[in-house]
Amino acid sequence: MNPDPARPSPEALLKAAKREARGRLKIILGAAPGVGKTFEMLREGADFLRQGKDVVIGVVETHGRADTDALTTPFEQLPRKTIAHGAHTLTEFDIDAMLARAPQVALIDELAHTNAPGSRHPKRWQDIEELRDAGIDVLTTLNIQHVESLNDVVAGFTKVRVRETVPDALFEDAEIEVVDLPPDELIERLKDGKVYIPAEASRALNHFFSKANLSALRELALRRAAQTVDRQMLDHVRLAGEPGNWAAGERIVVAVGDQPGGEFLVRAAKRLADSMHAPWTALTVETPRSARLSGEARARIASVLKLAASLGATLTTVSAATVIQGLRGYIAEARATAVVTGKSRRSWWFELRHGSIVDQLVRDNEGIAVHVMPMPEGRGEVEQTRGTGRAFGKRGVLLGLAMVALTTAIGLLLLPVVSLNAVDLFYLIPVIATATMFGLRESLIVSLAAALAYNFFFLPPVHTFTIDNPQNVVTFVILAGLGVVSSQLAGRLRSEANVGARTATENAALAAFGQRLAAVSDEVGTAAVTCTEIAGLLDVNAVLLVRKQGRPVVIGAQPESVVLGPIDLTAADWAFERNEPAGRDTATLTASDWQFHPLATSLGVLAVLGIAAPGRSEPLPADKRILFATLLGQAALARERLKLEGEAREVAVLKQRDDLRATLISSLGHDLKTPLTSVLAAADVVVREQPGSEAAATLRAEAQRLARLFDDLVEMTRIEAGAVAVRLEPVDLTDAVTAAVHDLKPALAAHRIKLDVPPALPLVIADPRMLHHMLINLLDNAAKFSPVGSEIILAAQRAPGSLSLSVLDEGAGLPIGRPDDLFERFARGAGSDSTGGAGLGLAIVKGFADALGLTVRALNRDDRPGSRFDIDWPESLIRRVTDVEPA
Amino acid sequence: MTPPILIVDDELAIRRLVRGALERSGYTCSEAANAGEALTAARHPGCQLVLLDLGLPDRDGMELITLIKAMDRAVLILTARDATAEKVAALDLGADDYITKPFDTDELLARVRVAMRHRAGTSVDGKLTVGRIEIDIAAHRVTRQGKVIHLTPKEFALLLELARHAGKVLTHRHLLSAIWGEAHLGDVEYLRVTMRGLRQKAEDNAAMPTLLLNEPGIGYRMSID
Repeated sequence: MNPDPARPSPEALLKAAKREARGRLKIILGAAPGVGKTFEMLREGADFLRQGKDVVIGVVETHGRADTDALTTPFEQLPRKTIAHGAHTLTEFDIDAMLARAPQVALIDELAHTNAPGSRHPKRWQDIEELRDAGIDVLTTLNIQHVESLNDVVAGFTKVRVRETVPDALFEDAEIEVVDLPPDELIERLKDGKVYIPAEASRALNHFFSKANLSALRELALRRAAQTVDRQMLDHVRLAGEPGNWAAGERIVVAVGDQPGGEFLVRAAKRLADSMHAPWTALTVETPRSARLSGEARARIASVLKLAASLGATLTTVSAATVIQGLRGYIAEARATAVVTGKSRRSWWFELRHGSIVDQLVRDNEGIAVHVMPMPEGRGEVEQTRGTGRAFGKRGVLLGLAMVALTTAIGLLLLPVVSLNAVDLFYLIPVIATATMFGLRESLIVSLAAALAYNFFFLPPVHTFTIDNPQNVVTFVILAGLGVVSSQLAGRLRSEANVGARTATENAALAAFGQRLAAVSDEVGTAAVTCTEIAGLLDVNAVLLVRKQGRPVVIGAQPESVVLGPIDLTAADWAFERNEPAGRDTATLTASDWQFHPLATSLGVLAVLGIAAPGRSEPLPADKRILFATLLGQAALARERLKLEGEAREVAVLKQRDDLRATLISSLGHDLKTPLTSVLAAADVVVREQPGSEAAATLRAEAQRLARLFDDLVEMTRIEAGAVAVRLEPVDLTDAVTAAVHDLKPALAAHRIKLDVPPALPLVIADPRMLHHMLINLLDNAAKFSPVGSEIILAAQRAPGSLSLSVLDEGAGLPIGRPDDLFERFARGAGSDSTGGAGLGLAIVKGFADALGLTVRALNRDDRPGSRFDIDWPESLIRRVTDVEPA
Repeated sequence: MTPPILIVDDELAIRRLVRGALERSGYTCSEAANAGEALTAARHPGCQLVLLDLGLPDRDGMELITLIKAMDRAVLILTARDATAEKVAALDLGADDYITKPFDTDELLARVRVAMRHRAGTSVDGKLTVGRIEIDIAAHRVTRQGKVIHLTPKEFALLLELARHAGKVLTHRHLLSAIWGEAHLGDVEYLRVTMRGLRQKAEDNAAMPTLLLNEPGIGYRMSID
């Protein structure tokens, strides 16, 4: 928890900072097609237009409806890009055109749209994210069934599954508006043909538009919007640092097994976690049974874990004898408050043998909410032949048979001493030994051999195989039975020990991985640890890539000599782009020697990890997939942490810099000005007392210049900090010019000043203090760069469309070069070394002119040598003098 | 006898300098380093003018303006902060004038002189004289160097208001409120245009005014030099 509850949490600040820099997103959310989302989007866009904003349509699907079409007319509409695709050409939203056009607001219909192949991003929502990154606000539309975490729910009751989904994360910083239409009205609109439905989908959609479905969809949409508002409010509360009420201590666990439908469970857990604002964990329990899972089942677990990680879950694996034991242990340890699990419709026979996990959970865990989701038919496929993990033990059988022979020999030797009935007990030894040491099949063979040996050597008639004696059969059955029981017991012990030992190593490795990742705090260190550890644990070569300037770049490798070819880099890029594995043994770009996996986080794909095993055909053996998914999740978390820390640092540094600047300005304002005042006053006293002293006069002049320079410095700091507050008012240029000349009297004493500002000029709009400062700097500059006794002219002229105020001197004119460079900070005219000045004066003139909407120009005089600086007012900042004498 | 001038500043160096400059010109002064001392000292009956620094350690100088004005003392703001808005606020709160650090000794003395003269009272017998301008208030008649000049009612009102506070800067707000009324506090344009007309008639050279001076962003002052 936050140590200081009244302080905004860093994450909340970070989120807010991120939000402010990016363009905003508003999603017009609807329950179903036809509720009027596009209409609403256009209506809101028109509102923005009226507010004077720059609004452009990227894509709007009007489906030829005249009323909607009419609404698009006030907007500028970007032409779509055509993309050739086989025989036909498709038209798509042109993201480059929009980025180049850079309006304030873009209207883009259908957030969930999938772009035509060959587009920059596979999904339209990615286009929109890019626009937002560029600072463009986006208004878009979405139907509720396209929201990733609601996909199953909607498909569940509508029986229509949409493949175009948008991630939930998009929702979290968006403004949501629901277009709500009662189902009856929507059905009415549908009947009237007011809803556009693609012809090929109409039959499926007829079912979709049933009243029950529409009511459910409507409820979902409203609830999702409410949830988003709730979440944003929570962020706000955290940001404001107000101690508020939010669910504390809730913790959700979802048990991920090998049964099909794990994705469904994970999405359900995500919804639950969202609504409770709780952290959640996806838990896998490794049991002895896990060792016998098929490769397909393992892949399924790994893919469910990957989905969970990308939805924000923490991944954890525990090992235990049974699923219920592991689950129970973890719940206690993590103090979970809710468990999400599935219940498949298994046969009563299965439940009788294995017990129901749900029943046991409910029985054992008081005070815990158990959420049970019905699961589709089917069970985890355990490979049906037991013990297939090992080869049939020829050696075991031979050893068993040898023991049987030995037992027979001992029996024959002891026969005179012990009774015949005791001898059959001797045969238990080889049977049990084989069963415990090797396994069931071996022990069965040995039991048979033992029974035959007993029959042949001991049962009368000896040295014959008699079948008619029932004792024979009984002995065999007993021995065989014992063999079965002891091999079962031993087998279970053995495989439990195996699993225990394996998960113990893996967990230790995972813990060590986590610790090592936590110990490094920079990109290179994290990359090195990730590659070394994963390479070591999985016995593979590993590379880690990030994206720089749109291209994948290797930032860590194990061994370090690894070189990626073009096809490998393409595969890595694909993994980045699609957030899917690519390369060897995947669905895409299999020609690559490497298999690339995205490190998906809530911030998107931050890096891609590549693995390759030179000696093996598949880099990742099936039994390592779960371990790999967990490692990948951990590496992704580390990178996410790194990124967040970096951003937090940046924000802190920026803020610190701003604070420093503000402190600098105010301390300059006080601490430096006070001694300067003393110096100036003291110089003043000396000048008065020794009127003839040149030294005293110089001292005073220099002190005054220091004071002005210092004012410049403060002003420059203000301009650069963006702290110049402009107060515009009508200004009489006569006032401006005379005040400037008056204030600069001492510096201008050696020059003749000529004012040529006709009194009948119109007023101009400016900030009088800033204009004053500009004129003082221009006059000071003119005095500095022109000979003593020369003339400085201040003249104002009205020209059609503008009004300019010029300062003209009789100096050497402008230095050779681009005149505009003069206004750069620290630029100085020729010969300035002798005249001093940091060159801030003209930079301030330019800075203030920019802030006031004026232009300044540096020119050479055309009537004689000398320079001329013009300040130009555009027509819009010129105020015609009207009669203000109401008498 | 209590010295007539009180210098309030938390910087010893500044107090010493100001005091030196004033004492050389024949004024006697007392000093205060913070708002507490300042309020006590200003209460002494002989105190006439307070030179007040706005950046005091214990209290905002702005607050002191109203308190000291309530004791019927003149207030001259002495501040390192050259923010225009602050000067305007101080003047609108009742401060008689301001001077920005670093200041020129001549300027300081001139401002003190004006403030003290107002304290001494420019007695009015229906007529006001500022430099070469003479105003007969009752008759609404203005002469410059003995010659009658014809002013519009607004020009006359503006001239009279400035002359009544000759030497002091009057804010735009003050002038607009006195001449056009509260409804026109934002209409600086009126003031600019009327001032332009007034200068044409009252100044020797309207393009280089010497009588009716502008303080950029703050207001106007009628020079008494």
